[in-house]
Amino acid sequence: MRQHAPGTESRTTQVVLILLALAFLAFFLVMPLVAVFIEALKQGIEPFLEAVSNPDALAAIRLTLFIAAISVPLNVVFGLAASWAITKFSFPGKNLLLTMIDLPLSVSPVVSGLVFVLLFGAQGLLGPWLSAHGLKIIFAVPGIVLATVFITFPFVARELIPLMMEQGKDDEEAALSLGANGWQTFWHVTLPNIRWGLLYGVLLCNARAMGEFGAVSVVSGHIRGETNTMPLHVEILYNEYDFVGAFAVASLLAALALVTLVLKSVLEWRFDLHSGARH
Amino acid sequence: MTSIAMRKPRWRAPSVLPGFGLTFGFSLAWLSLIVLIPLSTLFLKSAGMGWHAFVEVGFSDRAMAAYRLSFGTAAAAALVNAVFGLLVAWTLVRYDFPGKRIVSALVDLPFALPTAVAGIALTSIYAPTGWVGQFLDPLGIKVAFTATGITVALIFIGLPFVVRSVEPVLADLGLDVEEAAATLGANRFQTFFRVIFPAIMPALFTGAALAFARGVGEYGSVIFISGNMPGRTEIAPLLIVTQLEQYAYNGATAIAMIMMLISFAVLFTLNAMQSARRRRLGS
Amino acid sequence: MIRVQNITKRFGDYAALHGIDLEIQPGEFIALLGPSGSGKTTLLRIIAGLEFQDEGHVYFDGEDVSDIPVGRRKVGFVFQQYALFRHMTVADNVAFGLNVRKSKTRPKKAEIKARADELLRIVQLDGLGGRYPGQLSGGQRQRVALARALAIEPSLLLLDEPFGALDAKVRKDLRRWLRDLHKQMGLTSIFVTHDQEEALELADRVVVMDHGRIDQVGTPEEVYMEPATAFVSHFVGETNRLPDGRHVRPHDIAIVAEGGDAVAVDNVFRKGSAWRVEGRLADSNAIIEIDVDTNQVPPSVGQTVRIEARRSRTFAD
Repeated sequence: MRQHAPGTESRTTQVVLILLALAFLAFFLVMPLVAVFIEALKQGIEPFLEAVSNPDALAAIRLTLFIAAISVPLNVVFGLAASWAITKFSFPGKNLLLTMIDLPLSVSPVVSGLVFVLLFGAQGLLGPWLSAHGLKIIFAVPGIVLATVFITFPFVARELIPLMMEQGKDDEEAALSLGANGWQTFWHVTLPNIRWGLLYGVLLCNARAMGEFGAVSVVSGHIRGETNTMPLHVEILYNEYDFVGAFAVASLLAALALVTLVLKSVLEWRFDLHSGARH
Repeated sequence: MTSIAMRKPRWRAPSVLPGFGLTFGFSLAWLSLIVLIPLSTLFLKSAGMGWHAFVEVGFSDRAMAAYRLSFGTAAAAALVNAVFGLLVAWTLVRYDFPGKRIVSALVDLPFALPTAVAGIALTSIYAPTGWVGQFLDPLGIKVAFTATGITVALIFIGLPFVVRSVEPVLADLGLDVEEAAATLGANRFQTFFRVIFPAIMPALFTGAALAFARGVGEYGSVIFISGNMPGRTEIAPLLIVTQLEQYAYNGATAIAMIMMLISFAVLFTLNAMQSARRRRLGS
Repeated sequence: MIRVQNITKRFGDYAALHGIDLEIQPGEFIALLGPSGSGKTTLLRIIAGLEFQDEGHVYFDGEDVSDIPVGRRKVGFVFQQYALFRHMTVADNVAFGLNVRKSKTRPKKAEIKARADELLRIVQLDGLGGRYPGQLSGGQRQRVALARALAIEPSLLLLDEPFGALDAKVRKDLRRWLRDLHKQMGLTSIFVTHDQEEALELADRVVVMDHGRIDQVGTPEEVYMEPATAFVSHFVGETNRLPDGRHVRPHDIAIVAEGGDAVAVDNVFRKGSAWRVEGRLADSNAIIEIDVDTNQVPPSVGQTVRIEARRSRTFAD
């Protein structure tokens, strides 16, 4: 028998470990994913199509896209500004700022929703003032946007900061020494350098913005056709025992997740970006 | 002296790159508006209700049961993930097998799949009539609507934290230290437990702690499978929602405050441990 | 003429430069030579306008440029790692400085292209304009960085460790090429290096720096033959320090038949075109390095020889 190299296990051990890992993943990751699609199509394609083209479902889809269309660009602007300030300059309190940016990651989604209720709800700090001016944030779309922006707050910045830290300031200094102004430097040099990392951050941010449940659930009020996002619509249908409907809408979200994973992997392989456990 | 340096603000190092005022100012304003001010209302509201009321609603029997359940299931799930996450990371870094890239991409599924979708899918699988539940039910093992079910959901949610924490450290470790151990006469088990494991232990711990912190606060994937029986399968985030629905703002605030303080404490301890370790190893 | 007057720079508590004064004549090729931490790169970056001095002034042709931002100082800066824009072709990199000008002063497209092509010809990269920096070798990237810096028609060229990232062979070729280019163009140039050989070979004058101060400014010959401080003597070329405080170059030590000091020979090997003899002074055990011509028979290991310094220097501490 051939000896295996000192730095590896025997082929048998390898196969056993690989199979064990795959079995675990199949059980905990693959099976739920497959279940979504099978449950959605359990009674054929007709009920599925009906469920996703139902006016309430369409309203939920529209609202979800709208929320993402607002919160993702806001996140991009913040991410670019924060990473420029943090990576291109040295100033005291930088670590504190970094910690603060990560704060939303360590807060339960439910608590994230709760703080906006405490601030803007009818009983909240600003509630009386808002209702006196006819403004509604909680149980309305603005509240959902706020909660989503809170939840996705660190997503773009967290991708850009390590990337820009690694790239340093040489390129920007070179551009300035060649006579470029600040905007030209940012637009022609910095942005192209970070575009794939930015896209990666946008991808993750978008997935979370469209899929967020806990925080949105607390502030939305679950008004059908008005403040129901897709994940909330899934919950309502499920609680009404309309399982096919719930899984049909869920399968759209699962498809979004799969597209996200594919694009994310392509970016990782092609541009050597790595995510780490930074979500 | 008319040097340019004289006119720059002294609290940061001068730089030729423009835009610090704009980007720093905007970042700080946006951070305050979206994160800091909203979070501080939680502190304000807690402080406003008085110590006695806070303790009464924050540490009621029902709340204590919810904390026990949330922290207990999150710990159990983190433990399972530490073992299997390490296994998955190990096979992904060390071995070649067909479909490895797909498997690697799939590990991030819990980050990408909306939690509510995961929740209803897991519930349908583990319900007594589900794919897995139908085999477990005759054996008297109930998963859905029990603490076991909550743990299953939290294993799903936490897995990528462990795998993605351990993977880069394992990849960086390099074969040379293992080869060095082999030349010094260590067998494979000794090499793993004396050389490799101590090196990846901090990353594994970090990953498990992140999974734990996420699990404690998790809501979407859990509420479908948990059954939501007060005192038995009611997790702390659900209790907050229930209190809110009953307009019991004080109760919701107190429980949220306690959970947030605990998860901050966990993360703070983690950071302190990491920087202590970095100082010790001088890297 | 470039004049640097009393430049001081601190990073926090660390003083990087103490009161630097320096004058550079038009067309000169100057080396800033020193070990890492000597402040040479900081000085170069202050002259460029990439870093701001805490005190002092920089004058270009009598004009105080201390308040003029880097983009308007008309300095060509070649970065140590080149800082080429990876997403732009070589030609676009070279044309960048012209493309970012305000439309009033920006040359026409065809003119910019012609200028970029010409510069690529000067740096001997004609035909590679369509490539991306990632497709070039290290030496080629270096020359793209140089062409890009030259495109803005700078009045001063600054190079930060221009050969630092290259391997030995490419480094030597590029060094010769850069010296010829400087002769051709006559552009005032300053480069930073920690390699004394590079400084001595290329520069008209060498500025030797240590701990944020200038130890000596002089021609390569002066710096080597007449070192002003013990530091210069040791950093530029090799030097033995004798127990009596004298500094002697290995090739300034003669082996004599009688008199002098006794040295026990520990090791003999060939070093370039000479024999290198390593030994210890019998009296003090101080280590001594001696160069012996290869047309002579070197002493053998274990032997004791007698030496005399033919040329030596002493420095005030």
